[in-house]
Amino acid sequence: MNASPLLRLTSLTKSFGGVMAVNQVSFDVDHGSIVGLIGPNGAGKTTVFNLITGNYRPDSGEILFDGKNIVNMRTNRIVTLGIARTFQTIRLFQNMSALENVLAGCHCRMRSGVIGAMLRLPWQKREEREALEIAVHELEFVGLRAHLDQAARNLSYGNQRLLEIARALATKPRFLILDEPAGGMNDYETQVLVDLIIQIRDRGVTVLLIEHDMNLVMKICEKLVVLEYGLMIAQGTPAEIQKDQRVIDAYLGAPDEDDEDF
Amino acid sequence: MKPATIINVVVVAALLVAPYWLNAYWVDVLNSIGIYAVLALSLNIILGYAGLFHMGHAAFFAMGTYTTAILNTQFGIPVLWLMPLSGMVAGFFALLVARPIIHLRGDYLLIVTIGIVEIVRIALVNNVFGITGGSNGIFGISRPVLFGHVIRTPHDFYYLIFAFAAITVFFFLRLENSRFGRALNYIREDDVAAEGSGIDAAHYKLVAFVLGAFWAGMAGTIFAAKMTIVSPQSFTFWESVVMFTIVILGGSGNIRGVLLGAFLIVGLPEVFREFAGARMLIFGAAMILMMIFRPKGILPPPPRTFNLDFLSSARGGGK
Ligand SMILES: Nc1ncnc2c1ncn2[C@@H]1O[C@H](COP(=O)(O)OP(=O)(O)O)[C@@H](O)[C@H]1O
Ligand SMILES: [Mg+2]
Repeated sequence: MNASPLLRLTSLTKSFGGVMAVNQVSFDVDHGSIVGLIGPNGAGKTTVFNLITGNYRPDSGEILFDGKNIVNMRTNRIVTLGIARTFQTIRLFQNMSALENVLAGCHCRMRSGVIGAMLRLPWQKREEREALEIAVHELEFVGLRAHLDQAARNLSYGNQRLLEIARALATKPRFLILDEPAGGMNDYETQVLVDLIIQIRDRGVTVLLIEHDMNLVMKICEKLVVLEYGLMIAQGTPAEIQKDQRVIDAYLGAPDEDDEDF
Repeated sequence: MKPATIINVVVVAALLVAPYWLNAYWVDVLNSIGIYAVLALSLNIILGYAGLFHMGHAAFFAMGTYTTAILNTQFGIPVLWLMPLSGMVAGFFALLVARPIIHLRGDYLLIVTIGIVEIVRIALVNNVFGITGGSNGIFGISRPVLFGHVIRTPHDFYYLIFAFAAITVFFFLRLENSRFGRALNYIREDDVAAEGSGIDAAHYKLVAFVLGAFWAGMAGTIFAAKMTIVSPQSFTFWESVVMFTIVILGGSGNIRGVLLGAFLIVGLPEVFREFAGARMLIFGAAMILMMIFRPKGILPPPPRTFNLDFLSSARGGGK
């Protein structure tokens, strides 16, 4: 087995004009686990994601993915290494069909370029077919095969989130990070999402997710990391986090009826 | 047959027989349309597919034209042999100038690319390296020879130009429906999401520029051969505006739209010569109406379709 974690953040720091969005954050994500990143709004969760995916550069600190430092690497390189993401504010190609959106994810696993396309060489045609096959398969996996022709903007919010996941999966990631995947979903859609995330993990993809739905987080995460004002105030199993006094004060609040079915 | 197929057949047939019915003047108008169509198709890769506001395409066209003019007149290299080389010179020039500006967006890129055309034109006027002939330009470019046949009359050029346009359409349709074409579209729609999906946006933008410039450079060879005289007046900012307008008005990102745009923008002013004085007025009014009623152009790109038949057949066959 792999003893070292898949992802290791060490003293990661990022400030925006004096605001310490992420302050000396360190945590590990183990191979094959589902880890939740939680905390109040503005705690710096999305910023951590943007640092991992290379959308932002950290002021200091280290990000090791599979033992390799990915700080200063460009986003598309990081995706090619095996980290895929979804966005908190949905970023689909809104005017394109669901299928085209997922094909975008296939891109980084394809080779053909301008010449191959112009001459339509046999291997280029084969590659195109394989990409279509993968894209359709991923749409089927998230339950959107029937919507394959529809423009992304015409899908429901919940389905748009699923489509983002399909596009991310098409990059063949080893590590998937989901930013509030249940945002805008109703209870039924959320339940479907929970099953989906578990299936994704069972495919061998490690998952890190930000989520406000405590039910969901407590149910599927093996480990939780809690941020507040950019600082990591706790990490541990869901049971440990629920008992942590700092977390209760900062985020979970006094136990109330919402917590009953944890 | 689908209506689109019928239109294709009719248009191609009309283009094939047109020279038999038209005099030299009108064939020459068609030749201009053909050259502009190729230029606009090559600009369409940058502006239409990748959504980069590039208004300096005349600079790349100029590079190709002058490469052909200089090498033909100085060294007597046959004109058509110079096509790939002219394309490469234009493409290399694009690589140099586009690299530092590729991250600029929208209006910023627009302004910088306008600057590029002007710099190239002024350099040509000032006879850089003593090889461009200054404001008089270069004359005495030899006629192209194809299969032992000297191409001289407008009718001869008509077939050369439209064959080149047909080849361009053939290749660009393939590009449009490829990994490369899609990548440019993703970048146009949302470059952050494209990079987040593993697409190297900066690389593809650069390739779009180089390829568009390469093709404009090749069009330059044919232009040089047709004119036999080239001068900086052919590569003003206005030329870039015309190419830009063809793409935007015809239908940015759609080959059919761009072709229609070339016919309208270059052809209509010839048809309505009596109104030549009001040309700019009509042009302006048409642009305003278009932007209000059809902001995506006359023929915007239709949604992409994919043939997925092989999926079900593969599955059926397996069982
Ligand atoms: N691009 C940015 N520019 C300036 N401030 C930012 C930027 N991104 C995030 N921030 C700030 O960083 C802090 C953390 O934001 P964020 O990571 O989005 O929080 P969360 O996802 O936990 O709600 C906030 O104060 C936010 O305003
Ligand atoms: Mg957030």
